[in-house]
Amino acid sequence: MSSSSSTALRRAHAGTTEPAWVKFLLISFALTFMFFFLVLPLAAVFTEALRKGVEAYWASLQEPDAWSAIRLTFITALIAVPLNLVFGISAAWAIAKYEFRGKAFLTTLVDLPFSVSPVVAGLIYVLMLGAQGWFGPWLQAHDIQIIFAVPGIVLATVFVTFPFIARELIPLMQSQGNDEEQAAIVLGATGWQTFWYVTLPNIKWGLIYGVILCNARAMGEFGAVSVVSGHIRGQTNTMPLHVEILYNEYQSVAAFAVASLLALLALVTLVLKSIVEWRHARALKAVAELPPENPHWSFNNALTH
Amino acid sequence: MPLFFSTVLQKPARVLPGFNITLGFTLTYLSLIVLIPLSALVFKTFTLTWDQFWSAVSGPRVLASYRLTFGASFLAALVNVVFGLLVAWVLVRYDFFGKKVMDALVDLPFALPTAVAGISLTALLAGNGWVGQYLEPLGIQLAFNPNGVVIALIFIGLPFVVRTVQPVLEDAEKELEEAATCLGATRWQIFSRVIFPSIAPALLTGFAMAFARAIGEYGSVIFIAGNMPMVSEITPLIIISKLEQYDYAGATAVALVMLVISFALLLVINALQAWQRSRTGAPS
Repeated sequence: MSSSSSTALRRAHAGTTEPAWVKFLLISFALTFMFFFLVLPLAAVFTEALRKGVEAYWASLQEPDAWSAIRLTFITALIAVPLNLVFGISAAWAIAKYEFRGKAFLTTLVDLPFSVSPVVAGLIYVLMLGAQGWFGPWLQAHDIQIIFAVPGIVLATVFVTFPFIARELIPLMQSQGNDEEQAAIVLGATGWQTFWYVTLPNIKWGLIYGVILCNARAMGEFGAVSVVSGHIRGQTNTMPLHVEILYNEYQSVAAFAVASLLALLALVTLVLKSIVEWRHARALKAVAELPPENPHWSFNNALTH
Repeated sequence: MPLFFSTVLQKPARVLPGFNITLGFTLTYLSLIVLIPLSALVFKTFTLTWDQFWSAVSGPRVLASYRLTFGASFLAALVNVVFGLLVAWVLVRYDFFGKKVMDALVDLPFALPTAVAGISLTALLAGNGWVGQYLEPLGIQLAFNPNGVVIALIFIGLPFVVRTVQPVLEDAEKELEEAATCLGATRWQIFSRVIFPSIAPALLTGFAMAFARAIGEYGSVIFIAGNMPMVSEITPLIIISKLEQYDYAGATAVALVMLVISFALLLVINALQAWQRSRTGAPS
């Protein structure tokens, strides 16, 4: 009797997993695929950059044009990310905390820039603000240059990174509900205090996550920026555009040297992202182990500490 | 008293402050950055006559670029469905050395700037590259032709399928598989009849997202494609080259076609996600 029930158990267990050789095969296939498509391209960037030694690598990073590209990339991200951060918080507050007509449609519109090709994203600003565009004559009359200048690069970057922070925050704030904010208001807090002391600690990790992803895309955007930049060396070249120019001039080492900085940025992004995810998962697990008297409060506590 | 009730019922009181200002700011910013510029594209197209529009979007070079863009995107998304499912399965179900690193690395195509991916894949697959040098004697050329386009698009689309399938696999109930075993099902039957139907909506969503992303992709493709007219020229590149010849009308017309297709895909993806939610019952 007992032996037949134990064989049934073993069979039930065997049914939820694969034989060892199948497991081994599947893992090998997956790792081989990832090796060729993820590890090798990443390794190639650094190898190509160091092909002629460390000195050539450093020399190509100290080029004035490379420096100005690095500076412009940082300036662009420094403007675009905070703008989309303010927008993300504001959109998430409006969409998650209230009910109104057209909410689902508005949420779709927020996601819209993700589905527009980067090249089209650049083109729409050229059509609106370029010399031939809607506001072109007016801008020229007032001696304001946006397209083929830094403001155009910033605008195109804002467009392509538009949804990143909002789309992290909207589902997060929806799942947290309004209870704590309402309690704060009833207890006499102002709207700003409620946001700063109640909402912000609750959405902290989602916010950081969104900012990390937004920043990575802002610094790495190529297509949209390429359309509006005009490719003026030392003036309107961001790092990805500078990589393209160097590559097309057959300066392989220099191109990969600048590219290696961008690859480092990607690696830092991945590490930060994983840390945020692990912390979040740990907080969720800690909550699951807590006694169930007041799960909501302890959930948020655990997330913030 | 009835008056009081009716106001309460019609308009639930908004306890939290800030509705007007946040919604107002959201709509203004959305209009300035996204809606007005996108409408510029539509209005610009209206200044063309139908014949001008038609000849811009149906020239032989443009038609060849549609074929390449859609064909390569479809193929790449298909490859990603197969390998994305494999990677997601291995990451969720098995333990092995380096699993956490692999899990983090799946997002590399999101984090790595597309231009860097483009030159790096080209360096690997060119005739003198790490991979290319072994393939060239065999007569296989993966760079500077449509093959390269597919490879670049596989790289770009990989995370979409993995990241949509992974959470569904994690939430899958083991009890169902145990029940199926006790009822005498083989492991393969369990996979095809129990597990696969539950992840099919996520797979389709991942496919659509990878496909949509691939159609608009520019940065990673142009380095590896070789960009030969009629052979390896993608549609976004057609827009760029029309712009460089100051053919704003032509560029706008082709861009509108792409925009309409991306909107259609966005609607499809939304519908797929709604289907997935109704299947899993999760409010995500």
